[in-house]
Amino acid sequence: MSSAATPRDPYALELCALSKTFKLGGSMLHKSRTLKAVNNVSLRVPRGQVMGLVGESGCGKSTLAKILLGLTPPSAGDVLINGKAIINANQKALARHIQPIFQDPYSSLNPRQRIAQIVGLPLRIHAIGTPKEQAVKVEEMLDMVGLPKRAAQQYPGQMSGGQRQRVAIARALIMRPDLVICDEPTSALDVSVQAQILNLLLDLKDEFGLTYLFISHDLAVVEHLADRLAVMYLGQIVEEGTREQIFTAPRHPYTQALLASALTPEPGLGVPDIGLGAGQPDPTQPPSGCAFHPRCPVAQPTCSQQEPKLSAIPQASGSAASQGNQARVACHFA
Amino acid sequence: MANILSPQVAAEQHLVTNWQSRLFRSTLNNRSLALGLMIITSLGIIALLAPWLAPHDPYLQNTANRMVPPFWHETGSWTHPLGTDRLGRDYLSRLIYGTRISLFIGIVVALISGLIGTTLGVLAGYFGGRVDAVVSYLLTTRLAMPVVLVALAMASLIGGSMLTVTLLLGLLLWDRFAVVARSATLQLRDAEYVQAARALGCPLPYILLREVLPNIAGALIVVATLEVANAILLEATLSFLGMGVQPPLPSWGLMIAEGKAYMFFQPWVITIPGSALFVLVLAINLLGDGLRDLSAPGGRNE
Repeated sequence: MSSAATPRDPYALELCALSKTFKLGGSMLHKSRTLKAVNNVSLRVPRGQVMGLVGESGCGKSTLAKILLGLTPPSAGDVLINGKAIINANQKALARHIQPIFQDPYSSLNPRQRIAQIVGLPLRIHAIGTPKEQAVKVEEMLDMVGLPKRAAQQYPGQMSGGQRQRVAIARALIMRPDLVICDEPTSALDVSVQAQILNLLLDLKDEFGLTYLFISHDLAVVEHLADRLAVMYLGQIVEEGTREQIFTAPRHPYTQALLASALTPEPGLGVPDIGLGAGQPDPTQPPSGCAFHPRCPVAQPTCSQQEPKLSAIPQASGSAASQGNQARVACHFA
Repeated sequence: MANILSPQVAAEQHLVTNWQSRLFRSTLNNRSLALGLMIITSLGIIALLAPWLAPHDPYLQNTANRMVPPFWHETGSWTHPLGTDRLGRDYLSRLIYGTRISLFIGIVVALISGLIGTTLGVLAGYFGGRVDAVVSYLLTTRLAMPVVLVALAMASLIGGSMLTVTLLLGLLLWDRFAVVARSATLQLRDAEYVQAARALGCPLPYILLREVLPNIAGALIVVATLEVANAILLEATLSFLGMGVQPPLPSWGLMIAEGKAYMFFQPWVITIPGSALFVLVLAINLLGDGLRDLSAPGGRNE
């Protein structure tokens, strides 16, 4: 449609110094505290690729997703889709470009509506086609996500978790968006179903030329799917690079710890010791300097004083230093 | 013989049939719900068919035939199965027409208060913040007022009538609707399907009416049944105190009030409308309790 005709920006999504701060518990007696859920995040997602976004729970991944979906306004910074700013854009216009797939397929579908109504909702709201054409499109879409025809007349309560997630995917893709925000789309599913859903997502990406921002804390899932990876810690991106760069040669100590924490299928090893000591610090009182320094195994005195910048890693000589596989890391010693 | 259906297909079919008949079966299984529903349905039919069921004109006075006792009394007769009142009006006919008044007031009051309370509660729960603060303030103010006292005072100012009572109670009994709608909406506001609808750019009325409301309706229906019973009792109270439905309308509360002078020698003049009131309110409460059991999460996953 319109986006296909215009000259295309190489990036489907660009975040420029995006921040979101929340004020917590301000009252007459208590001073309100500020929580920087997303802190100065800049990120570019190339068209047609899968950008994995990983990090512990509470690091701001989901807040980032909400900002992108237009569900909560950012405190500062810009979001560009296909090179155009979306802040203050009409929600309907935004919805044409970005659609979500949520984590929990049990709460992402309205239990009182039939599947046909749920999947057809985007078409009805955006008044695309006549009711008859809409019904045909819904049927096609259900077929594409691998659901039988009769599913259209069922209610979500009659379906399994994997089927529901297929419905959620159908709803997200029926308007042919450019970008899909997948917020842990498989973490609520059985392992056997996870693989099916991930493969479906990959197939549909090729078919529709989609770009995914894939939020997850499951490194195995991300490794299977992502072209590029960004690692978040306390609202900031600490490392970004291609999947190979991150998985074979992680630079940031936090990324290294995350990779070390992934469970292996080998029995008897137990839960690996990730060497991070205490839990995540209170995000309302982030540590000085590098936010990671209290847990960092290689921290030096400078780390608690100076905040490291997210800067490009010098490429090894000989490798093509194109923008596409540019890696960045925020650490004094990486 | 071996089951030719694969376990998966069998399970799926079981799921479908189970879902379709679940409502019907659990209604029958729940005795209080079935009993309440039965009584209310029959009283509803009586109210609708009153002109054909009543043996006499409920307003026709016959001073020659005052205080005739009911049929089980030795001086009673089948001409007036439940006797006559102090003006010689047929008691059974008045009781039958009284069903209309009680049910009408109960249902209309629940509709008015349900509309007010649900609107306020859903808005407060969905928007939170200042809207919630305003609604909570209104709610506290309302809860600080004793219903009977305020209704009595207002009715004596405006003048009691069926319309006054209905409107007054409708404007006073919305508090439970608001509380329930608010807390239920608060839980749904962050549900992912509501977020998905917002991300799609659905207009606000669509989100509130189609995504939120159908999912809190179960809880509101339970509140509604309890409020119907509450309104019927309050109407009887106000009519008994002379500030509700005015004579010669055959309200049950009014019938009790008119009979109270005779209660020591002709006790049936108050026991008959009293029992009718008791049975109706009990049935509505049974229905409400049954619906609550049915919609509770525990009952769903039996």
